[in-house]
Amino acid sequence: MLTIATGNKAVAAAVKEVKPSVVAAYPITPQTEIVETIADYVDAGTLSAAYIPVESEHSAMAACIGASITGVRTFTATSSHGLLYMHEMVNWAAAARLPIVMANVNRALGPGWNIWAEHTDSLQERDTGWLQVYVSTVQEAFDTTMMAFRIAEDERVLLPVMVNLDGFTLSHTFQSLETVIPGDYLPPISLPHAIDVEKPCGYGPMTGPDDYFRFRWDIERSMRDSGAVINEAQRIFAEKFKRSYGMTEEYRCEDAEVLVIAMGTLGKEAEVAVDVLRNEGIKAGSLRIRWFRPFPDLDIRGRDVVVIDRDYSFGFGGILADSIRARYSCSVSSVIAGLGGQEVTYNDIAAFVRDRKPGTEHWFGVKA
Amino acid sequence: MYEIRIHSRGGQGGVTAARLIALAAFRDGKYATAFPFYGAERRGAPVVSFVRIDDLPIKIYSQIASPDLVVVLDSSVMDSVDVLHGLKAEGSVFLNAAHSESIGDHRTYHVDLTGIALRNSLVVAGSPILNTPVLGALAKMGVITVESAKKAISEMFPDERNTRAAEEAFQELAL
Amino acid sequence: MTEIPTQEFLRKCSTACAGCGAVLGLRYVLKAAGPDTVLVVPACCTSVMQGIYPNTAFGVPVFNVAFASAAATASGMSAAFRSMGRQTNVIAYGGDGGTVDIGIQALSGALERETDFLYICYDNEAYGNTGMQRSGSTPRGARTTTTPGGKTHSKKDLDRIVAAHNIPYMATACSAYPQDLFKKVRKALSIRGPTFIHILAPCPPGWRYSSEKTVEMGKLAVKTGIWVLYEREYDTLSINAASKAARKKPLALEEYLKPQGRFKGLDEKALTDLRQSMERNWRNLEQEVAGPC
Repeated sequence: MLTIATGNKAVAAAVKEVKPSVVAAYPITPQTEIVETIADYVDAGTLSAAYIPVESEHSAMAACIGASITGVRTFTATSSHGLLYMHEMVNWAAAARLPIVMANVNRALGPGWNIWAEHTDSLQERDTGWLQVYVSTVQEAFDTTMMAFRIAEDERVLLPVMVNLDGFTLSHTFQSLETVIPGDYLPPISLPHAIDVEKPCGYGPMTGPDDYFRFRWDIERSMRDSGAVINEAQRIFAEKFKRSYGMTEEYRCEDAEVLVIAMGTLGKEAEVAVDVLRNEGIKAGSLRIRWFRPFPDLDIRGRDVVVIDRDYSFGFGGILADSIRARYSCSVSSVIAGLGGQEVTYNDIAAFVRDRKPGTEHWFGVKA
Repeated sequence: MYEIRIHSRGGQGGVTAARLIALAAFRDGKYATAFPFYGAERRGAPVVSFVRIDDLPIKIYSQIASPDLVVVLDSSVMDSVDVLHGLKAEGSVFLNAAHSESIGDHRTYHVDLTGIALRNSLVVAGSPILNTPVLGALAKMGVITVESAKKAISEMFPDERNTRAAEEAFQELAL
Repeated sequence: MTEIPTQEFLRKCSTACAGCGAVLGLRYVLKAAGPDTVLVVPACCTSVMQGIYPNTAFGVPVFNVAFASAAATASGMSAAFRSMGRQTNVIAYGGDGGTVDIGIQALSGALERETDFLYICYDNEAYGNTGMQRSGSTPRGARTTTTPGGKTHSKKDLDRIVAAHNIPYMATACSAYPQDLFKKVRKALSIRGPTFIHILAPCPPGWRYSSEKTVEMGKLAVKTGIWVLYEREYDTLSINAASKAARKKPLALEEYLKPQGRFKGLDEKALTDLRQSMERNWRNLEQEVAGPC
């Protein structure tokens, strides 16, 4: 069906099509529309799921964990403080190898209270064993949510997936949306370690160092294997639904001498900046990171790199810039921009590229 | 690209108006995005929402700095907000008003949307509904087609008083 | 006497302390529940007494979860089983720390949402797993590692908090009364909706008595009246026979306190406070049975 919808509605619409058995969630701005919409589906009978209106985000993830271990499909959504409040259970979900899918609507952290877009919330969860993907359009939010279930539930992965979309900038923006029905794209869930009362065993009991260490390695091995699964899921999605996605999205990168690297809606707006720069004779390209975990292979050799971080790790640097520096031993022009919903236009992005200084970090709008 | 900024007060339906305009443009076969600027404002505070319409996919998420059209659903916001800010020199203005003079050098249109809403008993929680009749006015101005305007309205608000109100606004707007 | 099944769901390789009241209680909980049961266990002594991976001493699946999350996890699990049309018993089995303190928000939420599950709090009146620090459930005057001079606050009245949720069935029990516990678990599991059992579980290392005296300690708690056995179905309370008898002819409270090292050196004021709170509890319960006058 073709319509217009917000990013939030697109996520909810995808959840309706993948038919989870249990959705447990707690409202938080700017995510609330997702869970309200799902509650409407359940109320209207268009989604046959148990909707558990939990009393906190910690309990939202706990309830998803309790449901998922029985072998059913589960979903939750949160944002910002909600994500941080469930942090303990976010870790638990991954280590219990549960293919839970969660939408996180990226939002800044208080104080002061700020409800607008920033990626620091989800990036604080980057080491939890969750796959993380950042989307940039309403359509991509729908498609990626649907793909996330297939990827999470693949027996080569069996790790939870967090689909991230920018608060307000995408969550509340209306764009065109084509919804599709997954059909055999999404096979029935089959969790190999689902609880079986016929074969009673202990899940997550006291575990000695050697076994524990092996379990951690198993998570990393699956994380590494997940790259191939993601690519396969995206390739089959493209064949079936005619929309293609990669680990990254590249725009005019082939002959680019300078790359703008960003995530989410800033990564999409950067494409307009690239057009502006190309008109000026600057060979720019945009490399939007979709999958942050597992971290993609990037072709950045021999080019200047401008990394825009809508996040920060205090005392060190922009988290995306640091990841790229660490992996590619390159000198990046790091720009910190858009924190707490700071307005960043394509003209601003074009200026970041023109004014780039490799090896430096620039806080947009802050006078040195 | 055609860019619209809508000024209203929280609760008057400015956000829904933006969404309806985008949906109508989409039904016209264009690409469109609609988005509000969300503050912590509550009911009654001046709010802004935006619509972009183009023949190509729209990749811009930042706010509209220089609109082609400014729509003012509640003229009282003009006391505290410079609604003309950034408006293109050749840009135009639409006011929800029974009468109006040209604002600045801008082509200024007006229709008494409030009157139309009241005549059609389009009132929710004591407030007249402005977001469906305004589509009729914008259709007359050529921003969207009248067919798509009606289609968008009936998709989102099946109560036909909404479509009727839009038709009345279409009739009343003087080009 | 109720016929208690001979089938055991607790194997002899449990790593519980000798004389553990919690594992004694669990033995009868599982006998009452039977094999179509999943235990949800937050951080507590029961996380440890299952044994070390890959071994387990428990004959039913045990899902271990984070400290504050037992009731919420059980909520999700119950919803999932019911969505599959399965009536598997979902039992959250948590200590007093995970119930009275850190887990009470999740417990309250699960009760309010009428989750179809049984929550059992086994109460040894301190954080046993971490070496006996005070909990909200520690009685006034008891020495713990964080109240070396004796606790200066009263025991939190968990049962009245749970009762405020007006659930179909709740009961108190004691691991020294296994028949009674068995019947209460059976009753709770026969009811759809949220049910709750609060088990007093004497703890030899925590209460500082010798490990063969666990049953004796539990009986003394009931016979002195400091622990009252009762059941409540919605707002209808019935006090059990053992406690009614104790109310008529109570043993002196000192008989319960004296053998326990944790109450050593209890001063008169703390003793008076304990007596008063015991009396208040009885008065509340008896008024509730009598109904509004």
